[in-house]
Amino acid sequence: MIKAWFGQHLFVLFQSLKRLMSAPVTSLLSILVMGIAFSLPAGIYTLMENLHAFSGQTGTTPQMSLFLKQNSNQLDIDKVRQLLEANEQVLRFEFVSKDKALRQIQQNSGLSDVMRSMTHNPLPDAFTVDMRDTNVEVFDQLRETMQAWPEVEYVQFDSAWTKRLNALLTFGRVIALLLFALLSVAIVAVMFNTIRLQILTKQDEIEVSKLIGATDSFIRRPFLYFGAIQGLASGVTAWLIIALALQMMNDELRALASLYSMDLHLKHLSNADSISLLLFATWLGWLGARISVASHLWQIEPK
Amino acid sequence: MIQFKHVSKRFPDGYFALNNIDLNIAAGEMVYVTGHSGAGKSTLLKLIAAIERPTAGSISISGQNIAQLKPGIVPFLRRKIGFVFQDHKLLFDRNVFDNVLLPLQISGFDNRVVASRVRAALDKVGLLKKEKVMPITLSGGERQRLCIARAVVHRPSILIADEPTGNLDIAYARDIMAMFYAFHQVGVTVLIATHDVALLEDTRHRILSLQQGKLAA
Repeated sequence: MIKAWFGQHLFVLFQSLKRLMSAPVTSLLSILVMGIAFSLPAGIYTLMENLHAFSGQTGTTPQMSLFLKQNSNQLDIDKVRQLLEANEQVLRFEFVSKDKALRQIQQNSGLSDVMRSMTHNPLPDAFTVDMRDTNVEVFDQLRETMQAWPEVEYVQFDSAWTKRLNALLTFGRVIALLLFALLSVAIVAVMFNTIRLQILTKQDEIEVSKLIGATDSFIRRPFLYFGAIQGLASGVTAWLIIALALQMMNDELRALASLYSMDLHLKHLSNADSISLLLFATWLGWLGARISVASHLWQIEPK
Repeated sequence: MIQFKHVSKRFPDGYFALNNIDLNIAAGEMVYVTGHSGAGKSTLLKLIAAIERPTAGSISISGQNIAQLKPGIVPFLRRKIGFVFQDHKLLFDRNVFDNVLLPLQISGFDNRVVASRVRAALDKVGLLKKEKVMPITLSGGERQRLCIARAVVHRPSILIADEPTGNLDIAYARDIMAMFYAFHQVGVTVLIATHDVALLEDTRHRILSLQQGKLAA
């Protein structure tokens, strides 16, 4: 029983594939249209993910850097340490000695050649401070307090640009989401029309099938499979378009990044995101077909 | 097997196709329905397969009242019935074999037995050698036989034929009738509507005569 049911579905799947192949140009064109429609929001989303990963390297928790005066000694360092420990707004802090800072810069940034040519270390001792509160006003208050300490040369509010980037990312995500929503509706509409035309050409078959005992789900099935397959194919197309675009962008980006001796490259969607994209595309194709079948099938009643 | 009780069918324009029909057909019986065109023969047959619904009365098939059948159940009723349509309703986008295959696909038959079932049905109507042929190239009589093969391939307990000898010459018509008789002999309940009274002259089977929607004695 279950085997027969499975066999029927497999059969319909092959039938739908055959139908797709029987009009290759038409099928290819509509798959391409839907794939391009998908690649826009998915592409923007991919770029946002890359930007997010990039900004994630700097951390998004509010953080300040306390730079001590150039000539500060161990005594000054200990004093600041005590002050930070006493302050309730401070979540945790870390001391970065000037030697350690130099090593980090030599390892990470494109300035290593410049740094190596220096005769002495120009960097100050510093503390990085994580705040308990994310409130900007508390921030500014704390900054003023710290700036007033005699051992401190300068307090830098690191999170300002991260915040801006985050705002930008949120904005980009909203745009991607809006595009997704709009183009999803468009894809459902395209599928609706494709299936409508198919139903019209299959009118005789549907009528005869109904007359000799076909259930509605039997008649619906090939159209739903067809919609789902086209949806999946357009999802794959979108994925390939993004892959191609990233490939081209990465070639340029690598050349640019090497000028700053950095390693920058854009990553494609993660496996989970890729699968989500394909599933979503499949579902949209299915949905368009489902709506189309529901609104047209009842019109074909045997007489 | 098939029971009509006070069945009427009135179309929306007020025309009575059938008027207060009482009828009882036993399992395995072979029955002819005659009458002029417009007498209600087709409507009577369509009511049995729930293609039309009665406006009054009740129809039961094997004890199941089909006048009030839910739409979702109708397909399963139709699978018990083989219907030879007046206008054939063959599908011209597929060959003879695939036309006969359709009822088996719909009923979800096991793929391993369908081919032999289809060929057995085609053999019974003498079309075995034409299984790869497209229906458009068949003659009128061959199309009729193809329609019969499709109606019996799933071995229904009831076989209904609407004017199966419509445009055929008398020799061909007798051929077709002999086929129906063969199905009757293996226990199938057979209903045939025909206006061709000449065919029924020497029949031993019951003849229902419809006149303006009513059964004549």
